[in-house]
Amino acid sequence: MTATSDREQIAALAARANDNRVNLDFETEGMTLNMGPQHPATHGTLRIVARLDGEQVISAEPVPGYMHRGYEKLVEVRSYPQINTLVNRIDWLGSFANEVPFILAAEKLMGVEAPPRAQWIRTILFEMSRIANISLFLGDYGLQLGAMTAGFYAFRDREHVLNQIEAATGGRFHPNFDRIGGLKDDLPKGWITDSHRAMDKLLAFCDELDDLLVGNEIFQSRTRGIGVIPRDIALSYGLSGANLRASGVDWDLRRDSCPPGLVYDQADWKVWTHPDGDCFGRTWVRLQETREAALIVKQLLDTIPSGPVMAKVPRIIKVPEGEAYVETENPLGAMGYYIISKGDLVPFRVKIRSASFNNISVVPWVARGAYVPDLISILGSLYFILGDIDR
Amino acid sequence: MTLLLAAFDPPYWVSTLIKVLVISIVVPTTALILGMVFLFKVMSWMQSRLGPQEAGPRGTLQLLADGVKFLQKEDIAPFGADRFIFRTAPLVVLMSTLLLYVALPASAHLVVSDLDVGVFYVLAVSSLSVLGVLMAGWASANKYSLMGGLRAAGQLIAYELPMVLAVLGVVIQAGTLSLNGIVFAQANGSIFGWDAIGNPYILTQFVGFFIFLAAVQAELTQPPFDMPVAESEIVSGYQVEYTGFRFLIFFLAEFATAFVFAGIASVLFLGGWAVPWLDTASDWYYVLGPVVLFAKVMIVSFIIFWVRFTYPRFREDQLQSFAWKILIPLALANIVVTSVLKVVL
Repeated sequence: MTATSDREQIAALAARANDNRVNLDFETEGMTLNMGPQHPATHGTLRIVARLDGEQVISAEPVPGYMHRGYEKLVEVRSYPQINTLVNRIDWLGSFANEVPFILAAEKLMGVEAPPRAQWIRTILFEMSRIANISLFLGDYGLQLGAMTAGFYAFRDREHVLNQIEAATGGRFHPNFDRIGGLKDDLPKGWITDSHRAMDKLLAFCDELDDLLVGNEIFQSRTRGIGVIPRDIALSYGLSGANLRASGVDWDLRRDSCPPGLVYDQADWKVWTHPDGDCFGRTWVRLQETREAALIVKQLLDTIPSGPVMAKVPRIIKVPEGEAYVETENPLGAMGYYIISKGDLVPFRVKIRSASFNNISVVPWVARGAYVPDLISILGSLYFILGDIDR
Repeated sequence: MTLLLAAFDPPYWVSTLIKVLVISIVVPTTALILGMVFLFKVMSWMQSRLGPQEAGPRGTLQLLADGVKFLQKEDIAPFGADRFIFRTAPLVVLMSTLLLYVALPASAHLVVSDLDVGVFYVLAVSSLSVLGVLMAGWASANKYSLMGGLRAAGQLIAYELPMVLAVLGVVIQAGTLSLNGIVFAQANGSIFGWDAIGNPYILTQFVGFFIFLAAVQAELTQPPFDMPVAESEIVSGYQVEYTGFRFLIFFLAEFATAFVFAGIASVLFLGGWAVPWLDTASDWYYVLGPVVLFAKVMIVSFIIFWVRFTYPRFREDQLQSFAWKILIPLALANIVVTSVLKVVL
């Protein structure tokens, strides 16, 4: 129990007394609720210190850092192929997507470009990891709002995608498949037909979830108009990905500034936005993106060119001196690597820009005045992965 | 055998002893059955999982294994908790459940106490569990528990009223407050002169049935009304500090209450222990009654648990407005229509 002398709290109480919603004659003492680091709604070890008045949140402060693994320092003593294994673990649900911007930045420094076939497969796997990531979000969000079954359906159908990723790369979660100048291997036999089938199942899953969860009235009453992030706030907090698009900003790195090495321009697809900026908007945009990703994969599968999957690169990779920043539209939002190389086997410094860190920075703004159950809706819909926050 | 049972007329102390024994066996058994069948197996199938496989044939003994595990755990009371109240709270909740079983008739004679005001008694003692929940929430000295306890109190009180009003329609139609009387009225009733299946009140009181089930769902704190124990928000609410045996009692009480409420729903709306073509005075009901009631209970429980596994949860204020703005006016309208028709027809 905190003292009421806290300045912020009094200010908030006074502000609410002004709009006649709170009667100050009936003074209540605030309560500090410490959510986490061990709390089911925080996907791991995010800690949120919330000041409550009754069940209303007066202020909420996310405290990250309980899972800091020091990647930016670790990569300074590892060669580029070794780093590739490491960065897989940043956003662990869409691991292949973490490799791609790093490899692209290294390729940019070295001045090599992957052969077309490798670019195609890279894009397909990138989108598959997006589906694996976001389909789990859709189920998990249901779980957080109390609909248990949606979570299990998501786990069941994500398996189709993970099987395809495993068949191609050998790893379900951490493929470590992308290489500077191409890919480790070519696709196995029959993979393309299997992938088509997996994508069909994923599209059916999206329809099912649309029926079961997103169309549900209770779900809508829990998410519509909750946690509204207006356009200018979203931009000023540096949100990215679906969180930004749900606030009505039509911005997608895949379309707007796709780095060389990915072939999104070869498929016909659409960037979805939602005008409301509430929890429902964020969920809906993600649902549409999963569908869109499945369609991108299906189109690209039909047009994979033949040829090698690896360009000519030296056995021992030394990246020439220079600096490069490459950013891609990852499942969680914009993710980039800023590599400074001094021409060694190891990079001099790597700065990782991950989406979740920025995405949760808006929590204090958006959680103010919400109820505790709404706080769960908001946190869930912002969708962060702890590894992506703390790195 | 049925004749033997009918002729069985023991002295008072023997019958009391038998009743105590039966209740103390029936309550955990029903909780085990519901937990096993619905929480483990049906839920797993609905969620495309296998569920327990290893313990016993087809995993049927899993819940026993879990129960034994709970008994082995240390009984911890948190530092700063009000120990006496903390320890009594689960017993209060369980007591409320036991009291409910007293009035549930499994046939005309197979009932612990055939009360003239059975419906009234059931509705009264079912709200006692709030006391235990509130005690647990308050005495745990935990903020999540406190919020859970208060949510539970607000919710259970809000849903007493729709439940009472929903049952009133049945009472008006049957003209009695006795649970056995309601069964007789349904079995001997007729639908516009056609008396082949009696007159189960679900046909006329379907609104009441819906409201009753919604209120039961809230009483049991199950989704979509499970805010008091929401795992993803307040980490199981008032149960969060309980370990081992005391947690097991909460668990038993929850499922036993689900069973007995399903039983009351089947007595009130589905004709209870009676079978349409058999006269209610028949001695066969000593054997048949419990079986029929059990079958109906399983059907009602299936609906309860189906909803539980499907829906997301409401927010606390949405729940209150659902109770006060939708269920209660609906129940009142139902009562008015029932009374008018009762007088007219």
